[in-house]
Amino acid sequence: MRLPSIATLFHPLQSFSIRGGIHPETHKHLTSECEIETMPMPTLIRLPLQQHIGAEAEPIVRRDDLVLKGQLIAKARGPLSANIHAPTSGRVIAVGHFVAPHASGLPVPTITLRPDGEDRWGPHLPRLRPENASPEEIAAQVAAAGIVGMGGATFPSAVKLNLRAKYDLTTLILNGAECEPYLTCDDRLMRERAEEIADGIGIMARALGVKQVFVAIESNKPQAIEAMTRYNRALGYTFKVHVVPTQYPMGSEKHLVKMITGRETPARALTADLGVVVHNIATAHAVHLAVRYGEPLIARTVTVSGHGIRRPANLRVLIGTPVSEIIAHCGGFTEEPDRLLLGGPMMGMPIQNPRVPVVKGTNGILALTAAETPEAKTMPCIRCGRCVQGCPVGLTPFELNARIHAGDLEGAAKVGLMDCLACGCCSYNCPANLPLVQSFQFAKGKLAERQSRKHQQEETKRLAAARKAREEAILEAKKQMMLKRKAEMAAKKKAEEAAAAAEMPPPATATAIQGEATP
Amino acid sequence: MTMHMPVAGPHTHTLFTVSRTMLTVVVALTPATLFGLWQFGWPAIFLFLTTVLSAWVFEVACLWIAKKPIRPFATDGSAILSGWLVAMTLPPYAPWWVGTIGAFIAIVLAKQIFGGLGQNLFNPAMVARAMLVVALPVQMTTWIAPVGLLDGPSFLHGLSITFLGAQDFDAVSSASTLSHIKSQISAGATMGEILPTLADLESRLLGFVPGSLGETSTLLLALGGLLLLVTRIITPTIPLAVLGTIATLSAVCSFFAPDRFAPPILHLTSGSTMLCAFFIATDYVTSPVSTAGKWVYGIGIGTLIFVIRTFGAFPEGVAFAVLLMNSVTPLIETYIRPRIFGRSRSGKPLGTTKPAKGATK
Repeated sequence: MRLPSIATLFHPLQSFSIRGGIHPETHKHLTSECEIETMPMPTLIRLPLQQHIGAEAEPIVRRDDLVLKGQLIAKARGPLSANIHAPTSGRVIAVGHFVAPHASGLPVPTITLRPDGEDRWGPHLPRLRPENASPEEIAAQVAAAGIVGMGGATFPSAVKLNLRAKYDLTTLILNGAECEPYLTCDDRLMRERAEEIADGIGIMARALGVKQVFVAIESNKPQAIEAMTRYNRALGYTFKVHVVPTQYPMGSEKHLVKMITGRETPARALTADLGVVVHNIATAHAVHLAVRYGEPLIARTVTVSGHGIRRPANLRVLIGTPVSEIIAHCGGFTEEPDRLLLGGPMMGMPIQNPRVPVVKGTNGILALTAAETPEAKTMPCIRCGRCVQGCPVGLTPFELNARIHAGDLEGAAKVGLMDCLACGCCSYNCPANLPLVQSFQFAKGKLAERQSRKHQQEETKRLAAARKAREEAILEAKKQMMLKRKAEMAAKKKAEEAAAAAEMPPPATATAIQGEATP
Repeated sequence: MTMHMPVAGPHTHTLFTVSRTMLTVVVALTPATLFGLWQFGWPAIFLFLTTVLSAWVFEVACLWIAKKPIRPFATDGSAILSGWLVAMTLPPYAPWWVGTIGAFIAIVLAKQIFGGLGQNLFNPAMVARAMLVVALPVQMTTWIAPVGLLDGPSFLHGLSITFLGAQDFDAVSSASTLSHIKSQISAGATMGEILPTLADLESRLLGFVPGSLGETSTLLLALGGLLLLVTRIITPTIPLAVLGTIATLSAVCSFFAPDRFAPPILHLTSGSTMLCAFFIATDYVTSPVSTAGKWVYGIGIGTLIFVIRTFGAFPEGVAFAVLLMNSVTPLIETYIRPRIFGRSRSGKPLGTTKPAKGATK
C-alpha cells in the first residue's frame, strides 16, 4: 500500500497562501540535480507553423531551400503571431503537414528540415544595447526573435511587452514558481543561468517601464532562490525575490499576482488592469539572448522525466527536435509507459505519436508508468468536498459535474463554469476519481459550440429576414411601378382619347358648326 | 509503443480513494470501539459483530436487487462503516435483533432507497438511532455499568444475552450520565445536588461509565478524530463548530443558572458528543461542503444538541440534531457558496481600482 508523503499532508504556509490548491507528490528529485545538458543534433527537425497563440506563421521557404541557423523561415501573420527561425543549418525537405504535438494528433502545417550537421549560423539579428534602446525597439527585437511565453501558454511576448501603450503598468512579476510536479527546467535554468535571466528581466522591465519587479519562486527551490537573490539587479532595476508557498497552481498568473501584490484580478479582466504583467523565467532568458546576442528563439530547456524514463534529465534542445530522439538520448523507456506527456502531469497533453516535435511551449516530456497515473475506475460522488477545498477559484466542482451530467449546461455556467481555470485540482483530489475538470472542458466546448451555432442561426435568420425584406421591397417597387405605369397608361389613354376627341369633333357639333357656317 | 486512447489530464492523482477514506475512518474508530467492547464484554462483542455483518449483508442484498455492480460497492467499506456507527450507538446488552433492525434502517431505508452511496439525504446511522430510540424505548435505554470483559458475562452467557434475550445478567443496570441528569432534574433536584452523584471527570474522559457501546471513551474518540484531522479526511471546521457551540451555550447558561444547567465539561464528556463532533456530523454525504456552510451546519447541530438535552423530552439529542441539520444541508449549499475568484459574493466581477489608460482619456 502506498502511503502519502508528509509533505503532501502538512503545509503550514497554506493559511497564508492562495485559497484552495493541492500538494501533489512533486517527484522533482528525479531531475532537480541534473545539470542542463545540450542535446546532440537531431536527425530531423519539424517546425509546426503554429507554436503560439494567435495566427499561424506564414512559411517563406520552399522545399529544397538551404537554410542557415537562425534564418527566418516563417513570418508572423498579423499582430498576434510569432516568427519561426531555423534552429540549425540544413535543407528544407518538406513544407507540408505533420502530426501536431497535441492530444488530437491531427496533421498541422509543418516545415521539415534535415540538418546538415554543420550548424552554420546565418546573420544574427542586429544586437541592441538595451541601456540605450527605447522600449519600442526592445519589443520589436523580441517580436523579431519570435519569442513567446515559454511557461506553456505561448502567448507572443512582444504583445505583452507593448501593453504599456494601453495600461498603466507598475509591476513586473517573473514566474519561476514551476508548480507542476516533475518539471525542473526553470529551476535548473535559474540555478545555472541566473545572471543571464537577471539581464533579461532588466530588459523586460525597461521595455514595460514598470516601477517594481518581483521574481516569484516556490519555497521548494532553495538554490534557485539563492541564485536569483545573488543576481538581483540589472539595468538599474533591483528586483525582489519573492518566495511563494509550494502549492499547485501557484504558477497561475492571476493567483500569483494575488499572492504577491495581494490584489485580485477581476473576473474576465487581465492582470494588466491592475498594472501587473507576468512573464516566465525562461522567457526572460530568451529575451536576454535575443537582445544581447541577436539570437532568435531556436532552443529551449526541457525536463525529461517520469519513472518510465531510464535516465531523467534536463536538456537544452533545439525547437523541433522529435520527442522520440530525446527519449532515445535519455536511454529510452524503463518499461512500457502508461502515457507520454508534453508538459506537466497536471495540465500537460498526452501524445499518441512519439515522433512529434518539441515546440516553443514544451517544458517537459514525461513518460509516466501505470503506477504513477490514476486508475480508470470511478465511484459515485460521496460529496466529500475535496474538490471544493481544492478549487483555487472557489467553484463547487461536484455540483458543476452533476449539472453537466444532467444536461444543464446553462445552470453550470450560472454557477461559475466559465471561471474554471482547468487546473485539474478537483480531479486530482477526487477520491471517487471522477473526471471533473474533463467534464468541464467538455461543457465549455459544448457551450462554445452552442453559442456559435446560435450565432450562426441568428445570422441566418437575420440574412433570411433581410432577403425577404429586400424581395418584398423589390416586389413592392415592381407593384408600384406597375401601378404607376398603369396609371400612366390610363392617363395616356385618357389624354389620347381627349386628343382624338379634339381632332375629331362629335358629329352633332359638327353639324351645328356646319349649320352655323351654312347660313 | 502501443497507442492508447487519449486521456485528459490531470495525469496524477491523490492516494485517497473512497475505500481508503472509509478505511481510515474505521481505523480512527477502532480504539474507542475496542475499548467499548472490552468494557462491556461478550454481549457487546456479539451485538457489534451482528450489526456490522447485517449491515454488509443488507448492502449486498440491495445492490443485488437494484442490479448494481456488487463488487466495487460491497468492498468500498461504506456499509461496514455505517453498521459500525450504528453499533457504537447501541446499548451494549441490547438483543441482536435491535442491531439488525438498526442496520436495516441505516442501509436499506436511509441509504439504498435514496440511491445508494453518496445519494442519501440523512445520516444512515443517525436515522437508525432515532428510529430505534423512538420505537424501542426500553431496549434503547437499558444501560449497563462497565465491568470489563473478564469480570462480565462469560462467552456462553453473552451469547444467551445477545441472541436469546436473557435478562438474567447480574451486572448492575444503571443510568447513563445524561439520563441520570434528566431524571434528577425533572424530579426537582438542582444541578449542585446531582453533580456529586455522577461519575468523576476522569472516568468520563476515559470511559468507565455506563453508556452506548462505543460512545463512552471521550479521549479515545477525540484521538480518533485527531487521526482524521491529521490525515485530512475531515477539516476541523465542523468539530470545532459543534463542540464550541455546546461549550459556549452551556457555559453561558450554567453561569447564569448553575442550578438548572449542566456545566460545559459535562456536556462535552457525556453522551455521544465526541462521536458526533468527529464522526457523525462530519459525514461527507450529509454535510455541507463549503467552509462557511460547515460553520452554519456545525453551530446548528451544537445548538440543537444543547437545546434537546436541556429542554427536550429525550436525555440525548444528537440523532435528532444531526437529522434536522441534514435536512437543512441542501438549503445551506444553495445559499452559502464559496466566493469565486475575481468576483464579489453576488457573482459580479470585482471593480478594477486602476482603469486602463484608454478609459481615463
